[in-house]
Amino acid sequence: MSDKVSFELVSPEKLLLSEDCEMVVVPGTEGDFGVLAGHAPMISSIRPGVIEVHEGSNVTHRLFVSGGLAEVTNERLTVLAEEALPVEDFDAADLDQRIKDAGEDLEDAKTDEGRHKAEATIALLTEMRAAI
Amino acid sequence: MASLKDLKNRISSVRSTQKITKAMQMVAASKLRRAQEQAEAARPYSERMERMMGSLTANLMSADDAPKLMAGTGKDDVHLLIVATSERGLCGGFNSSIVRAARAKIQILLGEGKTVKVMSVGKKGTDALKRNYSQYFVDSVDMSGIKKLTFADAHPVSDSINAMFEAGDFDVCTIFYNKFVTVMEQVVTEQQLVPLPMEKPDDAVSAEDSNLAYEFEPEEDEILAELLPRNMAVQIYRALLENAASEQGARMSAMDNATRNAGDMIDKLNIVYNRTRQAKITSELIEIISGAEAV
Repeated sequence: MSDKVSFELVSPEKLLLSEDCEMVVVPGTEGDFGVLAGHAPMISSIRPGVIEVHEGSNVTHRLFVSGGLAEVTNERLTVLAEEALPVEDFDAADLDQRIKDAGEDLEDAKTDEGRHKAEATIALLTEMRAAI
Repeated sequence: MASLKDLKNRISSVRSTQKITKAMQMVAASKLRRAQEQAEAARPYSERMERMMGSLTANLMSADDAPKLMAGTGKDDVHLLIVATSERGLCGGFNSSIVRAARAKIQILLGEGKTVKVMSVGKKGTDALKRNYSQYFVDSVDMSGIKKLTFADAHPVSDSINAMFEAGDFDVCTIFYNKFVTVMEQVVTEQQLVPLPMEKPDDAVSAEDSNLAYEFEPEEDEILAELLPRNMAVQIYRALLENAASEQGARMSAMDNATRNAGDMIDKLNIVYNRTRQAKITSELIEIISGAEAV
């Protein structure tokens, strides 16, 4: 068995990342978990958060995912993400603005549905803001 | 016999039509390339998704409490047909072949005494099917204004399907779309979405995969509850992408034919034009000569 885990990050639109790496930290719904080669087979859902790809002691990639599923087997890790964005692309000011906008939406929302939607957006954006 | 002026007008009008069809063909060709790339880019996700579904369902299929979205309601009284067509015409037999297939299916189902519900995606199919089957329509999704299909565009469709299923509005769901084979060839495909058609685990690889004992976080059924609606969205997204590529392919070949036909027509009209002109000159000459002889 190789000492690397082959990591694939796919979104419905394209294959975002496919490489062999030492360790990947995935934000599971029931807590973050790190995946190294030889991990026990597992399927987990993902909460909004940052996937970190570790190489030695360095973090080579940081990608924000808004949710999805991860499948782990002995030698590979596949993450099916709804949406994934490199953290470097985030703009703090822009995010703050969007959080503010979403907050206004929440105040304006009249229906329960609208309120839930706005709350979900805020939660997502706050996670994104925290990731920077 | 048409006058020379008429012929000239005719030729120039055919020529401008040819220019338009030529332009449409080239636009379709470049859009086709993009659509194909997009369809290709979406493939890894659906493949991985299928693999994951495979390993999940292998464990669960035997259980009686398998989610309904996967195993079906156990009845097949109410059928929901999703008909995916294009927003624009002028693409050969693309829309009519889908509509024909959908119509045939509706007739068969009605003949068997089932209840049929139709949901159409795309304006062309909506128009064509509403003519005969408007009483069966439950919803039509308008895709106009969408330039580049994204995964988010598939959500309204899949969300309403999921909502309808939860409300118990149908038992079986089938989607009709054109599968892209080559530029010249698109195949009308009907794919069953609910209940999920189960593949036999005859593959050595899948058998090996399903032997792996997965751990689930959170519980298996919770993951399935999340995975199944998503799988629906992915299947629809894929169908729409295939459809988009097929549409451009169909349009490209239709416009190629139209351009060629216009060329043939111009040639023929030119011959008629030349002949008419010659006949006119000859008759003028005869008039002059016979006039001179008479003097």
